[in-house]
Amino acid sequence: MDFGTLIIITIKAVILALVLLGAFAYMTLFERKVVARMQNRFGPNRTGPFGTMQPLADGAKLIFKEQIVPRESKRPLYDIAPMISLTVALVAFAVIPLGPPSLQIFGTNLWVGDINIGILFILAVSSLGVYGIALGGWSSGNKYSLMGAIRSTAQIISYELSLGLSLLGVIILAQSLRMNDIVAKQGTVWFVFLQLPAFIIYCVAAVAEVNRAPFDLPEAEQELVAGYHTEYSGLRFAMYFAAEYINMVTVSSIATTMFLGGWQPPLPFLPIELGPLWFILKVLCFLFGFVWLRATLPRLKYDRLMQLGWKWLLPLALLNLVVTSIVVALVS
Amino acid sequence: MANPIKATGETLRGMGVTLKNFFRKPVTVQYPEQLRKLPPRVRGRHVLHRYENGLERCIACMLCSGTCPADAIYIEPEENNPEKPNSFGERYASVFQVDMLRCIFCGYCQAACPTGAITLESNTILASYTREKMLYNKEDLLEPLGTATRGAALAWEPAPPASAQPILPEYQGLFDGWRTTAAAVGKGDLALGVSDQTDTPKPLRKEAPATLPGQATPRSLPVRQEDES
Repeated sequence: MDFGTLIIITIKAVILALVLLGAFAYMTLFERKVVARMQNRFGPNRTGPFGTMQPLADGAKLIFKEQIVPRESKRPLYDIAPMISLTVALVAFAVIPLGPPSLQIFGTNLWVGDINIGILFILAVSSLGVYGIALGGWSSGNKYSLMGAIRSTAQIISYELSLGLSLLGVIILAQSLRMNDIVAKQGTVWFVFLQLPAFIIYCVAAVAEVNRAPFDLPEAEQELVAGYHTEYSGLRFAMYFAAEYINMVTVSSIATTMFLGGWQPPLPFLPIELGPLWFILKVLCFLFGFVWLRATLPRLKYDRLMQLGWKWLLPLALLNLVVTSIVVALVS
Repeated sequence: MANPIKATGETLRGMGVTLKNFFRKPVTVQYPEQLRKLPPRVRGRHVLHRYENGLERCIACMLCSGTCPADAIYIEPEENNPEKPNSFGERYASVFQVDMLRCIFCGYCQAACPTGAITLESNTILASYTREKMLYNKEDLLEPLGTATRGAALAWEPAPPASAQPILPEYQGLFDGWRTTAAAVGKGDLALGVSDQTDTPKPLRKEAPATLPGQATPRSLPVRQEDES
């Protein structure tokens, strides 16, 4: 790898990180607006036209807020934990292709890295996110934080299995771990139609994976104040906050890539050159689903959460994997 | 999770409800730009009224001040000059202050007023940055010369049904100053010149059983008898 390629990759990574942080900011507005409409309210509409300046105001407020550090906190870990969360959330996006290989902007493709084990990379990196939560909860020196962190760890480990197994069916069909190959294989028919059970399992597991309602037990405010980020304020809190929303975007992007054909147009006659647009539209549908779930469903009890993960999703995902393997073996 | 099909169905039904509401018009009233239409009997800021000839209705009888549970009304009465009277009675209020920080907007002053001089109107926008601005003087409350309105007193005529009457405090054995409520000083002459209620009003409350100081225990507090009528 020569120096020029390195510079190009660095620039692309920085742009991607900035885009993701912008997406986080406007995701908060999107969520507040959608939830408000579902509750027959307007949502934020004072800051700028239709409240579009609200994320900037919120960001400025968070940056200038005092960062309170509890005396009981374990100092280096307490500072590092939110950074781990945010970094991991940003890194996982690197291998997701936003556009077709034929589409090039300034002579480069619309992805940071096209590695041949793309989906493995994503699964490996997104599992690291739990370190940020666990360390943050433990180093805060607060029992609520610690309980939130423990819950989060147990939950993410439980649902990671179903998540990975549901993706395996797609990998068997695509015969590749490279994200671009998987998207290219969905030119005629999306994998969601061939792998509907896997898609449903993935969606449920993904909501649990990013700690969103109705699986938001790690930050159950009625029991745990705010869970693992109880003792965080100011910019450090913003990092956790950003990590949660960027994880939502990442998980939605993976679902889009694996099941909904990534940058493939939704109808065959639409131009493939608008790949990024189709991609963003599909991701937006998922994000709307996340917010919709949050506006509708109450939180699960902890034993129910574990039952759902281990007694339903995991056996179903295994069954789906076995059936897919047999069918693929018979057909080929 | 006993029945996954039923649970999924219920979840989808809930999602349908939120989606239906997503396409509904929000019910929010955008407050500073849009104002809600308030009912005529809403109890907002006080207004002091005049008669058609410009005289003040207030005769400084102090009933409103006496009945006020929050002690929000301060009145300094003064003798009327017979040549140039301010009100119909012997006296008029030279100082009439309402402390909006104390006022609880119960409307007892309006109920107690024998001349319909003080009413609580629909102005509920009373926020202020200083305490001084929350002290309303007679000049702020009195309607300008040349206007003679009855205000919210009209909204209370004819008298509302018993179910809609303002709730008067019932003696619970804890509030020692119960004799100073509106019922004790009379409800004034609210039905001024409109209708006379001929049936004798029921006594509002019984005499409180006496509890000597130091003997008041939770057990000895008077228990309201439901069957006594």
